[in-house]
Amino acid sequence: MSAHASHAPNRSGLWDYLTTVDHKKIAILYLIAGGIFFLAGGLEALLIRLQLMYPEIELVGAKTFNELITMHGTTMIFLAVMPIIFALMNAIVPLQIGARDVAFPFVNALGFWLFFFGGVLLNTSWFLGGAPDAGWTSYTTLALNQYSGIGVDFYVLGLQIAGLGTLIGGINFLVTIINMRAPGMTFMRMPMFTWSSFITSGLILFAFPAITVGLVLLMFDRLFGGNFFNPDAGGNVVIWEHLFWIFGHPEVYILILPAFGIISEVVSTFSRKRLFGYSSMVFATALIGFLGFMVWAHHMFTTGLGAIANTLFGLATMLIAVPTGIKIFNWLLTMWGGQIRFPTANLFAVGFIPTFTIGGMTGVMLAVPPADYQYHDSYFVVAHFHYVIVGGLVFGLFAGLYYWWPKMFGKMLNETIGKWNFWTFFIGFHLTFFPQHFLGLMGMPRRVFTYLKDQNLDMGNFISTIGAFGMTIGTILFLINVVVAAKSSKRAPADPWDGRSLEWAIPSPPPEYNFVQTPLVRGLDALWVEKMAGNKGMTPAEPIGDIHMPSPSFLPFLMSLGLFVAGYGFIYHNYVVVVIGLLLTLGCMFTRSVKDDPGYHIHEDELEEKGVKA
Amino acid sequence: MANHHAHAVLPDEPEKATLEGKNKVLGFWLFLGGETVLFGSLFATFIALRDQANGGPTSQSLFDMNLVAVATLLLLTSSMTSVMATLALHKKDLKKIQLWLTITVLLGLGFLALEIYEFVHYVNEGLKMSTSAFSSAFYTLVGFHGAHVAFGISWIILLQVSATKKGLTVVTAPKFYLACLYWHFIDVVWVFIFTVVYLMGMIGGKVG
Ligand code: HEM
Ligand SMILES: [Cu+2]
Repeated sequence: MSAHASHAPNRSGLWDYLTTVDHKKIAILYLIAGGIFFLAGGLEALLIRLQLMYPEIELVGAKTFNELITMHGTTMIFLAVMPIIFALMNAIVPLQIGARDVAFPFVNALGFWLFFFGGVLLNTSWFLGGAPDAGWTSYTTLALNQYSGIGVDFYVLGLQIAGLGTLIGGINFLVTIINMRAPGMTFMRMPMFTWSSFITSGLILFAFPAITVGLVLLMFDRLFGGNFFNPDAGGNVVIWEHLFWIFGHPEVYILILPAFGIISEVVSTFSRKRLFGYSSMVFATALIGFLGFMVWAHHMFTTGLGAIANTLFGLATMLIAVPTGIKIFNWLLTMWGGQIRFPTANLFAVGFIPTFTIGGMTGVMLAVPPADYQYHDSYFVVAHFHYVIVGGLVFGLFAGLYYWWPKMFGKMLNETIGKWNFWTFFIGFHLTFFPQHFLGLMGMPRRVFTYLKDQNLDMGNFISTIGAFGMTIGTILFLINVVVAAKSSKRAPADPWDGRSLEWAIPSPPPEYNFVQTPLVRGLDALWVEKMAGNKGMTPAEPIGDIHMPSPSFLPFLMSLGLFVAGYGFIYHNYVVVVIGLLLTLGCMFTRSVKDDPGYHIHEDELEEKGVKA
Repeated sequence: MANHHAHAVLPDEPEKATLEGKNKVLGFWLFLGGETVLFGSLFATFIALRDQANGGPTSQSLFDMNLVAVATLLLLTSSMTSVMATLALHKKDLKKIQLWLTITVLLGLGFLALEIYEFVHYVNEGLKMSTSAFSSAFYTLVGFHGAHVAFGISWIILLQVSATKKGLTVVTAPKFYLACLYWHFIDVVWVFIFTVVYLMGMIGGKVG
């Protein structure tokens, strides 16, 4: 054992975070970066709504408006909600399965930095000649050189780099969940959040390569004279639509499944009951994941695929409503007869259920191809996807953050501010998006920067903008809550909610090695099983001993920086810069593979809470 | 962990002897699953565009069976030699591993040289990236595969060099194993390229 250091390397402050490979710190990095992008995307949304507050105004103008809607959608999906999901997955999944770490700590850090630099690259477009303006779907030919400026190059390269990070993150979680579960943690004893993270990671693995290819082809068309999407040279624009949606539809389930997982945990904890229909929940999650890959062409009903294809994809889409319905009934039946409490986390969870149901209902309406000819590219679609993505996913994320904040940071969020946060956001949300259904049905198209007076669109748009202010206030209240929590000196207990799963068995925040002794899992809701048996904590599955830890590393940061630099080289056709950037990345890969890293050990006598809790 | 007794007591299937090794092998299989979607998308695109020559050279007028057959032979042989390397790995015989991998690398380099020659030749015949949708799809699909070959060669060489110092341990064994797995994957992809791009491209007239 003398071959390597036995002490944690000395690290502090910023350097600690730039080099960390600890999944709990990476979670915090994801949360901060995702949160900042969320604010940027929110600001863009507010500007969009201000421009549409009254008919025929010129607040930002058409060009900026196109950039705003493109950046809003792209930022929210790829740079805000996905990373915040990854934050929660990183913070919680290893704890819920009783693991000391993820399977690939180094890759985990690399995934974060790739996402981060990809996002920064994309957002610098605002200052470097204009943001992308072809919509978050970047449909060709609109996204080709003839019609769109340099912004789309930033889109292509930024998303490429960030997407790489997401992909390796997905693989990491798959391997972690398959290989690193504590003894006794069988698949059918895994908490629902872990299950949904597992399925989500699988979807990431099979969906992201499709957009990678799409982005590469678009990049070749834009930068190297390719003709994939150029009809004049035999290209075919529908290929882009297929590639985009073969990724894009699974993506919406990549987003919503973790939210389903969070809701399952929160509803069951605050009803003091085990989740109703656990195995049907697992089955429904897997089925949704599978069907998610079968329905992409429902985004293309109006493309002209023909009646047969439209019918099949319409039917497949409606099928998804079945497992989704199973989930909704299971949540209701979990609450039924439970001892329900309503802290903020559960308010968001309970608010989620009807809101998401409405979004699902409009989804089934959209899945009827002849009807979709009416709704398509109208505000009705905008209302639909915001009901599922904001009313579903963002409510879910708020529920998750209020629920797990004490575990992540060791501080409780304030409940009074939390309730204000919930009500302003909830009311603001419905004010914003409910009228949009009607705006759409009355013929207001999406992605237009203004509308005419006295066409019955004025009132709906005005209310919608007021609602957006409500959501803004809700978000600001959340930030205030974070600051208040950080300033407070009260430490959160290990198990503030009388929780059921393993993460509540260890201190808040957890020590860097998570579990002093790997716990033995003896049933679903592992901690609850022990509580019911009258035990103080988990039964350990191993004696106390030295704990092996991976060493921190600066390479993930540098590796991603290399691609970031190379990205600018591509955008500006400066191949010296490309080579410099790629050499940096390859050099880091070389160093990594040649230098074996044995990590270090934390000795038995350095462990903080010797043997008290598992 | 680099344990100094490792050489003497190297376990069976050394690539899966540690949790790190097991994780790597599983993670790599999953990665190959993602790569399959990647190449699947490229193939689908190529098939959709293969007849869109836009007045430029077509596959029928360009492709030369002899060249492609030699390239295929080289790559398929290299797949076999990489199997031999994996077998040697299970016998824990580093010398044999190195020998078989060297042959694999040489064959791979031969393949790559032929491909570069092929591309240069086509460009001279007037098939550039920007000529047609067919040309873009062709260079992208085959070029992506070529880049994978080049990456594989560099990877294996790097492994070979560092293994001369480190020897065969539970740390290096998974790396050898994965490199061979990767090499197989590239080969399987080539079989599809050979069929879909070259065979279908040479015999197929205009479809539809
Ligand atoms: C029962 C479930 C659902 C059904 C049946 C459904 C159906 C549909 C259909 C048919 C469209 C295409 C409408 C058009 O463009 O004309 C659509 C659009 C969309 N849906 Fe859903 N959906 C469901 C759930 C979800 C979920 C869970 C999410 C996200 C978390 C989501 C996000 C979106 C987005 C983002 C779009 C618009 C994409 C765009 O054009 O920019 N949907 N949905
Ligand atoms: Cu969809």
